[in-house]
Amino acid sequence: MEKKAILSIQDLNIKFNLRGQLLHAIRGVSLDLLDGECLAIVGESGSGKSVLVKSCMGLLDKNGFIDSGSIVYNGMELTANKKEKEWEKIRGGQIAMVMQDPMTSLNPLKSIGWQIGESLKYHQNLTGEAAKNKVMEMLTDVGIDDPKRRYSQYPHEFSGGMRQRVAIAIALACNPRILVCDEPTTALDVTIQAQILDLVRGLQKKYQLTTIYITHDLGVVANVADRVAVMYAGDIVEIGGCKEIFFNPKHPYTWALLSSLPQIAAAGTKLYSIHGTPPNLFMPVRGDAFAPRNPYALDIDFLHRPPYFEVSPTHKARTWLLDPRAPKIDPPEAIREIKNLKAFGGDWGEE
Amino acid sequence: MKNDKKEVLVRVKDMHVTFGRGKKTFEAVRGVNFDIYKGETFGLVGESGSGKTTIGRAIIRLYPIQGEVIYQGERISGKISRELDKRVIQQIQMIFQDPMASLNERAKVSYIVSEGLLNIHKNLSRQEIKDRVDKVLLEVGLLPEFSSRFPHEFSGGQRQRIGIARALIMEPSFIIADEPISALDVSIRAQVLNLLSDLQQTRGLTYLFIAHDLSVMRFICDRIAVIQKGRIVELAETEKLFAHPTHPYTRALLMAIPMPNPDVEKDKVLQIYDAEKYASWERGSVWAEIEDGHWLLADQDTIEHYRQKLR
Repeated sequence: MEKKAILSIQDLNIKFNLRGQLLHAIRGVSLDLLDGECLAIVGESGSGKSVLVKSCMGLLDKNGFIDSGSIVYNGMELTANKKEKEWEKIRGGQIAMVMQDPMTSLNPLKSIGWQIGESLKYHQNLTGEAAKNKVMEMLTDVGIDDPKRRYSQYPHEFSGGMRQRVAIAIALACNPRILVCDEPTTALDVTIQAQILDLVRGLQKKYQLTTIYITHDLGVVANVADRVAVMYAGDIVEIGGCKEIFFNPKHPYTWALLSSLPQIAAAGTKLYSIHGTPPNLFMPVRGDAFAPRNPYALDIDFLHRPPYFEVSPTHKARTWLLDPRAPKIDPPEAIREIKNLKAFGGDWGEE
Repeated sequence: MKNDKKEVLVRVKDMHVTFGRGKKTFEAVRGVNFDIYKGETFGLVGESGSGKTTIGRAIIRLYPIQGEVIYQGERISGKISRELDKRVIQQIQMIFQDPMASLNERAKVSYIVSEGLLNIHKNLSRQEIKDRVDKVLLEVGLLPEFSSRFPHEFSGGQRQRIGIARALIMEPSFIIADEPISALDVSIRAQVLNLLSDLQQTRGLTYLFIAHDLSVMRFICDRIAVIQKGRIVELAETEKLFAHPTHPYTRALLMAIPMPNPDVEKDKVLQIYDAEKYASWERGSVWAEIEDGHWLLADQDTIEHYRQKLR
């Protein structure tokens, strides 16, 4: 079944004006978000993953602007939006966002019942008793027990994981079609992270959401994602189905990201680390942006930017290694072993 | 290697830490015992609120405790002589979690790194201080030129290196690393972890490594203690803990680690440690060895059961 794209980004370029210099943060990204899917966007800090989604909501910082390209949501050209009023139709009601740090994204002075009710009032026109009941329902949905008592509590009375659940409830109260989770678990413990991931997956089904999940940790996305886009230096270097990315990654940067996961490498060895630093985006990037850090780089990588090579109809990567003339290079062994990777703990223990 | 051949560097004996006073007290650490051997990396793992950071801070004398901390055969908890205090300050150093918050934003790197030194060696010349700062910056993979810059000019990984340099310049023998990589990107984590293990090799350091993520600890720790609600529930060598994670809380921590394998992840049923479901474990009060070097907190029957199973 062919799925329809509900958000379509075409050749998007975003620049930031910083102290008189132009920073080219997004360098020609094209991306279709399909209806009902969960797309994970993965990359190091500074790779432009947050900027990309923020631009779809008109949330770029004042010095940032869309240089060229288009963002089409539901037939509407979002780059034509000028006024805040126009963006307000999109923000929340159509695309809602859960921020990284639940400590700072909630208002410490308002009860959480009020904060969830606020979005209900704006986006679903619910007030009074109806709103209150709906808030209770949402709190239960995001896994907060005893909603009656919790309703009138303040953010400081919640733990980090619970606050993130509240933030998710606020986003959902807008009744959006697209839910953007921007590193929602980075500030949390692994155990809580697992719970939040589980929750996001459950809610996606229940509310029939399309989800964008942004993270720097490829280990996390195997759980939630249907498709994975790997970003480097403002560009999507590889995109494909979840299994394609984990079981058959093609781009050396994806290899590098996977190899640096502590879950993959054998204990007692050294952890793989990516040498060097990401390129300076104030300067024009020549060739493949990852080439200077890429142990497999070919000469051409330093001269010409690779086009996308198709691996399968759903999987493509921007690397010259896929060119028929390129030497055949296999990914590191640890990556070929991913298929055989089992969860820690195994069958030992409980009877 | 047998444990009894190793030299104990730090011994924590029946440590209790209580916050608050009067009726509103909260016991964050409830009777913790462990030894840290010279040259090893000892891991403390648990969720937030389990008391792992409190233990680290209590060792470095930031909180008053009941019980004892023995360092190189001497008690360093409670009232101690000034001289010993000075030695403890120099020899036990700490690396903090958040490199954004733990560095003074208004001080240059040279000052941040040398501050501890200024307190201990008051009569060093400027040139000597500069030489030492430059040397330690190189050792953590930064350039000496960076010493005139401010913290905001650095990336997260570089800041954490500054934090490590600040600890190293004191020439410590024992470093408490409190979640040193939690705030960093996955790709940077590896660099910092590798740096820490290199330094351990070259300087013969002993680490207490505090974290919430067991997958990272597998790399750096020789032994791991799992702490839950202020008690150590399981303690073993890293390999043994991963091969035979016995306490349900340990198992919950392990299961929570996301595996980068979609086939495994999508079938995974989330296990949450539920204190009520494991009431018998909660009540367990026997701290005993179930295999060589693998300790477990449980009741006598459970201990016996696993001893048999592991034979």
